[in-house]
Amino acid sequence: MIALLVRDLRLAFRAGGGFGLGLAFFLIVTVLVPFSVGPQSSLLASIAPGVLWLGALLACLLSLDRLLALDWEDGTLDLLATAPLPLEAAVSVKALAHWLTTGLPLVLAAPVLGVLLNLPGPGYGWLVVSLLLGTPALSVIGTFGAALTVGLKRGGLLLSLLVLPLYVPTLIFGAEVARRGAQGLDLATPLLMLAGISAAAVALIPFASAAVLRVNLR
Amino acid sequence: MSFAQKMNAVWEYANPRKFLATTERVLPFFWASAALCLVIGLVWGFFFTPDDYRQGSTVKIIYLHVPSALMAINAWLMMLVTSLVWIVRRHHVSALAARAAAPVGLVMTLIALLTGAIWGQPMWGTWWAWDPRLTSFLILFLFYLGYIALWEAIEDPDTAADLTSVLCLVGSVFAILSRYAVNFWNQGLHQGASLSLDKEENVADVFYFPLLVCIAGFVLLFIALVLYRTGTEIRARRIRALLARERIAA
Repeated sequence: MIALLVRDLRLAFRAGGGFGLGLAFFLIVTVLVPFSVGPQSSLLASIAPGVLWLGALLACLLSLDRLLALDWEDGTLDLLATAPLPLEAAVSVKALAHWLTTGLPLVLAAPVLGVLLNLPGPGYGWLVVSLLLGTPALSVIGTFGAALTVGLKRGGLLLSLLVLPLYVPTLIFGAEVARRGAQGLDLATPLLMLAGISAAAVALIPFASAAVLRVNLR
Repeated sequence: MSFAQKMNAVWEYANPRKFLATTERVLPFFWASAALCLVIGLVWGFFFTPDDYRQGSTVKIIYLHVPSALMAINAWLMMLVTSLVWIVRRHHVSALAARAAAPVGLVMTLIALLTGAIWGQPMWGTWWAWDPRLTSFLILFLFYLGYIALWEAIEDPDTAADLTSVLCLVGSVFAILSRYAVNFWNQGLHQGASLSLDKEENVADVFYFPLLVCIAGFVLLFIALVLYRTGTEIRARRIRALLARERIAA
């Protein structure tokens, strides 16, 4: 499992591996927002948590395409399916590698970009907490979408369409935590819901991903 | 015949030949009763019920709005059940029924959204609001689109059936989750349930009875459409099998 994780990470960090793609996209979105909505700092402060969450979600979505496609093309997935490691564990590791290369950098970059969007002071901590809790769910759900569409020639658009409604609950609760955090409101309910969704997704979705991957590989 | 035997007899219809023979016999009945219920319900509702004292005649769109919204959800439930049957018992007719129901459900969702917008404009002063119910239906619409697109994108029919079934199961969980999420996220403009077993909550009797007839009409129409479309899917697959066999022979 660790060997697989190290291999995936090494591939991602190598030139052309796709690391930094999501991060660059996140950066572009947040930097362009003030140009499109205007520079009033009060307006930016009120939309900052939502914009940061949306940017993080889209950056995740952007990198899902490559999550399994390359391994599918060169036959690595076939080897993984016949390996002694259960396929459920393999897809979990894939999701973890995706999170480490996409989700975690987004979490770390978000506070910096929050400064650009004039995020109110108490919001930084909760923004990081909400992204830290929410992005693993995005990675795991994205792995499911990637596993569904892996056999298709140009599955990118379909992948986005399938994953979009699945991302809605995570986005709602995640952005709500960040927003309430920025405004200093009580945020126990959305925080618990977000954590619950994330925990359930990480625990259960790999089984569905492995099941559809087996169908695609037969 | 005992009850268990009767329940087991349902599986006979997993045989496509038996399914086609039976549906051909019952379909005219379903078409006719659906048409009858819809004509009676809509004419009764549109022309023989009074205007609402606050909403005026716009209230009459309820006879399209409520039944289509009801069927949009029930169609997904039916797809969930048939997907489960496909996963557990591998009956092809079941998978094809799920495939046949999806576009019908999509259209029902669209009717509910459009009639809702037309109703919302004069009543709420807006075509669209990010109300929990409206948002849930938009999400349901996206689920239908993704489900249908996945069916269309995959060539091998068994692979497509397997993948869409899993998508339907996972999607159902997330659809329920989204429903609670959007409820939490925004307070609604939409009124509460128009129909429930608790009689106190219902709309007034003058609107209630024609509405029930309309709902019966939509249910019958849905059954007829799904049976008909499932038959078409079975025949399409037979044709493909015949063509493949000819190609091998030639």
